[in-house]
Amino acid sequence: MALADARALVPHLPAFPHDPAGDGAMLMRAVEACERYTPMVAPDGEDALVLDLTGCFEGQGWTRETIARDALAHLARMGLGGRAAHGPTPDAALALARFGMDELADLPVAALALGAEADLALRRAGLRTIGALAARPRAPLAARFGRELPVRLARLLGEEDRRITPHRPAGAIRAERRFAEPLASVAPLLDVIEGLAQRLESVLARRGEGGRRFDVALFRTDGHVARLAVACGRPLRDPPAIRRLFSERLESLSDPLDPGFGYDMARMAVPLAERLENEQRDLACGEGGEAQPDLAPLLDRLAVRFGPDRIRRFHPRDEHLPEYAARPVPPESGPAAWPRPEPGEPPLRPLFLYDPPRPVGVVAEVPDGPPRRFVWRGKHHRVVRHEGPERIAYPWWKHPEGRGPTRDYYRVEDEMGQRFWLFRHGLYASESDHPQWYLHGLFA
Amino acid sequence: MTDSPILRLGSRALSAPVPKGRGVIGLDVPEVDRWLKGGLRRDGLHEFYAPSGSPPGPAMALALLAGMRNCGQGRSLMWLRARGGRRKDGPHAPGLAELGIDPAALLLLELADPADLLVAGVESLRHGGAGAVVLELRGRCRALDLTASRRLALAAERSGTMALIVRGDARPVPSAAHTRWQVSAAPSRALPANAPGHPVFDLQLLRQRGGAEGLHVQLEWNREQAVFRTPIYGDPPAVPAGRAEDRRARRAA
Repeated sequence: MALADARALVPHLPAFPHDPAGDGAMLMRAVEACERYTPMVAPDGEDALVLDLTGCFEGQGWTRETIARDALAHLARMGLGGRAAHGPTPDAALALARFGMDELADLPVAALALGAEADLALRRAGLRTIGALAARPRAPLAARFGRELPVRLARLLGEEDRRITPHRPAGAIRAERRFAEPLASVAPLLDVIEGLAQRLESVLARRGEGGRRFDVALFRTDGHVARLAVACGRPLRDPPAIRRLFSERLESLSDPLDPGFGYDMARMAVPLAERLENEQRDLACGEGGEAQPDLAPLLDRLAVRFGPDRIRRFHPRDEHLPEYAARPVPPESGPAAWPRPEPGEPPLRPLFLYDPPRPVGVVAEVPDGPPRRFVWRGKHHRVVRHEGPERIAYPWWKHPEGRGPTRDYYRVEDEMGQRFWLFRHGLYASESDHPQWYLHGLFA
Repeated sequence: MTDSPILRLGSRALSAPVPKGRGVIGLDVPEVDRWLKGGLRRDGLHEFYAPSGSPPGPAMALALLAGMRNCGQGRSLMWLRARGGRRKDGPHAPGLAELGIDPAALLLLELADPADLLVAGVESLRHGGAGAVVLELRGRCRALDLTASRRLALAAERSGTMALIVRGDARPVPSAAHTRWQVSAAPSRALPANAPGHPVFDLQLLRQRGGAEGLHVQLEWNREQAVFRTPIYGDPPAVPAGRAEDRRARRAA
């Protein structure tokens, strides 16, 4: 029926534009809300969810009926109406739910979803229900109505199973807790998290592993799911340490948690676990003065709070250009040995590097000579000592097609004693007529 | 300036013996250590100001060198700084190695703003696992008030981690620091061919908690012996044996 016809019948009919993206997002919210029952949840089509409840009843006090009722109640709170059905295969359950029936045999042939033409052909042949089809030999059916029919029929009747692909891959290590009364405040959350971590600790210890990442999902009664994740630099299974990381995470949330009508379930999963051996404490610990606390927990906390890419360590890199001579690496990769400097030499590299180098105005006696004066940040510096040039060529052996200007580096000291690292970008006459000067670093 | 490296020292300070303390880091020059009653406190908060308008290199270097002295037995030195937009300015590890600061012991933390930096600084100091925590702040920093610096000082005192603040482009303000220095570069002793020599620092003690200020001294850093000493100006030193012949040959040419 067209909208105009419908409005002729019901003048005040509200109308909304079709929004497939919004519908899809709503369906995904429903998927997230149903993750409370099983991690195996997948959307089907535009209007259905499939939950694989295999093994989900044990120890949880659920039955098929209570899960169906609970799920519908949750969806109703999200403003969604629905029908629930269960079956031996996803296809059977979907067909029962879509047609609102209880028995597979009573389903119309349209449940096979073969298309309008095939439906009509089946009905003309006097085959109206799945029950009638199931009783017949399959080979003639396939010959007449196509090869798809026996496959779909087998899936519908539970003779052949189909796997669903869950929306979110389930971690093998997880623990969950349901609350009799929804948690309406954030305060007790850390205790809940520590409780979950304690349950995971034994699982992890049995596997000889520690978690490198911990995800917590908080299921709100109205279907919203809040997710928190922390990562750590080395495998961890100590509940108080996990609690501290999550307390940092909660504090650093830019958008604080809104418990709304309360959380009624929490789940902790370990998506990434690594080998963690039990370590024996060093008995001779007291010998060499007091032991220093391990830095790793602090680095984990700082990484959770300020972002994992903010902490760096330096590893040497065999590179010509000074800006690439040190490689920043994450702190958990451990220290690397640095080459020892040449004895007797003053520092030949600056301790602080400007990247990009800052352009400076330089006066030199001759265009390819050392600098005499330069202006930086509006201040004039007269060079009284200098050493150079140290010529650093563009790495043409790596980039044969592109050639950059050569740099001539000078270590200079002005009349105040301030020491700078300057370079002339481009060789005079052969590479550039007016080479630009840059300040690249500061010495002590 | 050149004939008297120790510019202002009271007669009182010169006569007394250098107090020995386990909780302090000496600066190797007896007169300076006497003035500081042994040296810089290992569990103290020390501020190093670069004079306004001059680059912060010497102040950074001095803070790092002092901090490294509290980083024995594999302890790390944490350097906290605020990231300046899209520029990737920062410590240059090869240059630190040439100054005698092992980059392997260094952990760099780049934070979004000074407020985060102070939070991370207090947290790192409280933990006590690092040997020293260097906070590099640029410009006038409102977040670092008396309360914030008191918090840093208390955290350092409790854990025994040395707290070092490097300030560039800033005027000295009241704080809870144990010592406050103004550090600038001083002319180095020239190497052959008038090349810049080993770093020389010009230090002014602006404040010392429970002690006298006003010490003004120039110190030269010797990487091989890892000591500070008063620079002796005069003829260029004899060329030592070793490699890098070509560099010296060029200097002599």
